[in-house]
Amino acid sequence: MSQLTVSLYRYNPESDQKPRMQEFQLDLPEGKDLMVLDVLALLKEQDTSITYRRSCREGVCGSDGMNISGKNGLACITSLSQVVKNNKLVLRPLPGLPVIRDLVVDMSLFYKQYERIQPYLINNSPVPSIERLQSPEDRAKLDGLYECILCACCSTSCPSFWWNPEKFVGPAGLLQAWRFLADSRDQATEERLAKLDDPFSVFRCRGIMNCVNVCPKGLNPTKAIGHIRSMLLKQAT
Amino acid sequence: MANINKLTYDAVIIGGGGSGLRAALQLAQSGLKTAVISKVFPTRSHTVSAQGGITCAIASADPNDDWRWHMYDTVKGSDYIGDQDAIEYMCSVGPQAVFELEHMGLPFSRTENGRIYQRPFGGQSKDYGKGGQAARTCAAADRTGHALLHTLYQANIKAGTEFLNEWYAVDLVTNAAGDVRGVVAICIEDGEVHYVDAKATVLATGGAGRIYASTTNALINTGDGIGMAMRAGIPVQDMEMWQFHPTGIYGAGTLVTEGCRGEGGYLINKDGERFMERYAPNAKDLAGRDVVARAMILELLEGRGGGPEGDHVFLKLDHLGEEVLHSRLPGICELSKTFAHVDPVKEPIPVVPTCHYMMGGLPTNIGGQVLSRDAAGKDKVINGLYACGEAACVSVHGANRLGGNSLLDLVVFGRAAGLQIEQSMKEGFSTDLAVESDIERAMSRLQRLESSNSGESVAQVRKDLQNCMQLHFGVFREGKSMQEGLAKLKVVAERAANVHLPDKTKAFNTARIEALELDNLLEVAMATAVSAEQRTESRGAHARDDFQERDDANWLCHTLYFKGEPGVHRRDVNMQPKTVPSFEPKIRTY
Repeated sequence: MSQLTVSLYRYNPESDQKPRMQEFQLDLPEGKDLMVLDVLALLKEQDTSITYRRSCREGVCGSDGMNISGKNGLACITSLSQVVKNNKLVLRPLPGLPVIRDLVVDMSLFYKQYERIQPYLINNSPVPSIERLQSPEDRAKLDGLYECILCACCSTSCPSFWWNPEKFVGPAGLLQAWRFLADSRDQATEERLAKLDDPFSVFRCRGIMNCVNVCPKGLNPTKAIGHIRSMLLKQAT
Repeated sequence: MANINKLTYDAVIIGGGGSGLRAALQLAQSGLKTAVISKVFPTRSHTVSAQGGITCAIASADPNDDWRWHMYDTVKGSDYIGDQDAIEYMCSVGPQAVFELEHMGLPFSRTENGRIYQRPFGGQSKDYGKGGQAARTCAAADRTGHALLHTLYQANIKAGTEFLNEWYAVDLVTNAAGDVRGVVAICIEDGEVHYVDAKATVLATGGAGRIYASTTNALINTGDGIGMAMRAGIPVQDMEMWQFHPTGIYGAGTLVTEGCRGEGGYLINKDGERFMERYAPNAKDLAGRDVVARAMILELLEGRGGGPEGDHVFLKLDHLGEEVLHSRLPGICELSKTFAHVDPVKEPIPVVPTCHYMMGGLPTNIGGQVLSRDAAGKDKVINGLYACGEAACVSVHGANRLGGNSLLDLVVFGRAAGLQIEQSMKEGFSTDLAVESDIERAMSRLQRLESSNSGESVAQVRKDLQNCMQLHFGVFREGKSMQEGLAKLKVVAERAANVHLPDKTKAFNTARIEALELDNLLEVAMATAVSAEQRTESRGAHARDDFQERDDANWLCHTLYFKGEPGVHRRDVNMQPKTVPSFEPKIRTY
C-alpha cells in the first residue's frame, strides 16, 4: 500500500471568493497502476463536491481533459506511473479558459472556434444514388485528422490561443479546417480559405508545438496548420 | 413553483448520441422548432465508443448482397423475438440511411474501387445462411462510432439545430389525459430548473450498462429515459435481454471490437486452443455474441481460463501482422496498450464477456411512437412520446443483437422518428398543455433531494446495485439465484429512496446528477430482474441453468413490465413483414 498526495484545484463560485489548492491523501491499492480518473472517482467518494467531467473513460469522448502535474491530458488514459513524482499528483483545470467549478472549464470559446471553420462537408453537386466514391489514397489523407475528440488539450496549451482566443482559431479548429480542405469530396476550398485569410485565424500560430506535445490521440495540428498556411500563401502569390 | 422558466418547442429530443442527433437533423431540416437536451456535449455521448462498424447491405464487398439476407441474419440472431416488420424496415431502408451519412461526410474506409469498406462480423451470412460468411459491416477503421457521431453533430451544426448542452432531463411532464408534454430539466452549469414544453418528446437516452459492475458502457449510460418513462407509468419491453460482449478487456471492461475477429483474429484458452471450433463448428469465432460469450464462460468454468485466477481467455491477433493491425484496427492497438498493457502485434489480449448492450427498452412502433397497452391488452400509442436508439425496443434485436446493427438501428430509427413527428405535425397533432400540478409532479425527485439531510451515499448504494446485478443476472442465470437478487434489489431500492445529497450548491453539481441517475439505474435493474426471473426458458442472451431450452410454445413473445408490478405481461412478436415471407422459428445454430 502506497500513499498518494493529490493537490486539487478547487473553486465553487457559490462559496469561494477565489480558487485554492486542496490536498488529499489517498491509499492506493497494491499492484495496480490506476488512471488519474480512477483517483478522482475515489476522491469523489470521500468528498462528493469534487467536480469534473467524464463519460467514456477510455479516451475517445474527450470529456476529461485537464492539466495533470503540469501537462494537459485525459484523466482516463493517463496512468499514475506516467505522471506521479515523489508520490504527488497535481490536478488543475485546462489553462486559459474560464473555470466554472473545480476542474470544469467553460468551453464555449473553444467550440465557437470549431464551429467557425464550418466543420462539415460542403459539396453542392447532385447526390448520387450510392456513396460518393473516394480512393483509398484520398481517404488516407484524412487519417490523423478526423480522429480529433475535441478534448481541448491542444488549444488550451497554446500560448497563441491564450492571448487571442477570439481571433486565433487554435490548433483543434485548424486541424478540422484542414480535415475538410483535405477531403477529396469537399468543394469549398476557396470559401474555406477566404474565411481564414487574415493575420490572426491561422497566422497567429508560432509553431510552438505544444499542441503536438499534448495531443492524447497523437495527432499533429502544427503540420495541418502548415498545410493551410502554404495554401493561403500560394493563393496570395 | 410556477415561477420556473418555461421554454417551448415543437419537438424536444433528449439525448445527443447517434439516434438523437439523427432525429434532430430530420426535424431541423423540416423547419420544426426543435431542441436537443444532452447531459454531455453531444460528441461525448456513448455512440462515440462504437468501433467495428454499421452493418448494412450496400453491396460493396459483395455486389450481389441483398438486404433480405441481412434481414434473415437479424431475425435468426434475435432468436426469433425480433419484430419482423421492424427488421424488414431497418434492413431495407438501411442502405439509404448509410449513403446519407457518407454524403454528410462520414470518413468511411474505402475499397480499391472507391466504395465503402465492409468487413465480416458475427452472425452474417449470404443467401439466407446457405452461402457462407458475408462481409456486411461498413467501417471507418475501428472508430466508426466516433466518425458517425462527429459527422452527425457536424450535420446538425450545418442545419442550425438548437442544443441545450449539459442539461439534464429529470422527469417527463404528463397532462391529465396521460399525454406527454415535455420534460423538467436542469441546466447543469447554473443549476437552474426549467420546464421544456414540447408537443413531441423523443427519448434518445441510450442504454444503461452501468447497472452492472463490469460493462463496456460509458459512465453516463444510466438509463435515464427508461427511468423517466417507467415513473410515468409506461411499460418497458424485453428487459431481461442484455448482451454480454465476448471481448471486454479483462480488468478494465473496455470494448475490443468484434471486427478483430472479423479481420481474422480468434479466441484461445490458456492451452492456446481455438475453442470456438468446438462450440460453433461453422461460424467459429463469428457465431452470435450470446453463443461466443457462453462458450467463453464455459471454458472458464471448466478450468481452461488464463491468469493466476483462471478468469479470462485471450484474443489472438498477432498472426494478422503489424500492417493490418495498424491500418484496420489502430484504436484497438491503442486501447490494448493502455488498458491491458499488451501490444496485440506481439501478444494476445486478455478478454472476458462484459455487459455491453440493452436489447430491451421502450416498446415503439416503426415511427418511434412509444406504446403501452390498453385494458384489453392491445397496443396503445402514448401521445407525444417517442423513443429511438438503444433506449427503444422497436424491436430489431429481440433476444440478441448482431454486431454492427446498433449503429444501423440508431440512424434508421432516429430518422424514422423524425419523419413520423414531421408527418404528425403536418396533420395538426396537438395535445393539451400541462398545468402547474403536472409540472410539480415532475419536480418531486428534485425536491426530495433538496430536503435530504441524512442518509447513505449515492456511490455506496450504486455499487451494491451493480454488484447485485453482476452476481445474479449475468451471462448464466438460475431461478433461485435471481430470486435472491430480487430480494437484495428491493433493499437497495429502499436505500436509494433515502440517499443523502450533502452538497446542495447549484453550479455544476455533478453529485446531484449522480443521485438522480441512481433512481434510473434502479428502475432499469428492477425491470431486468423481474423480467429475467419470469421468463422460464433460455433464448438469445437470456440463458438459464434451470430452463436450458427455448420454449416457443410459451415464450415466443415479448415481455412487458410496468413499474411496481410483480410480474410481466406477454406481447406478441410481429411475424408479418410487408414485402417478404415471414421467417419461421428454427433451431438456432452457427
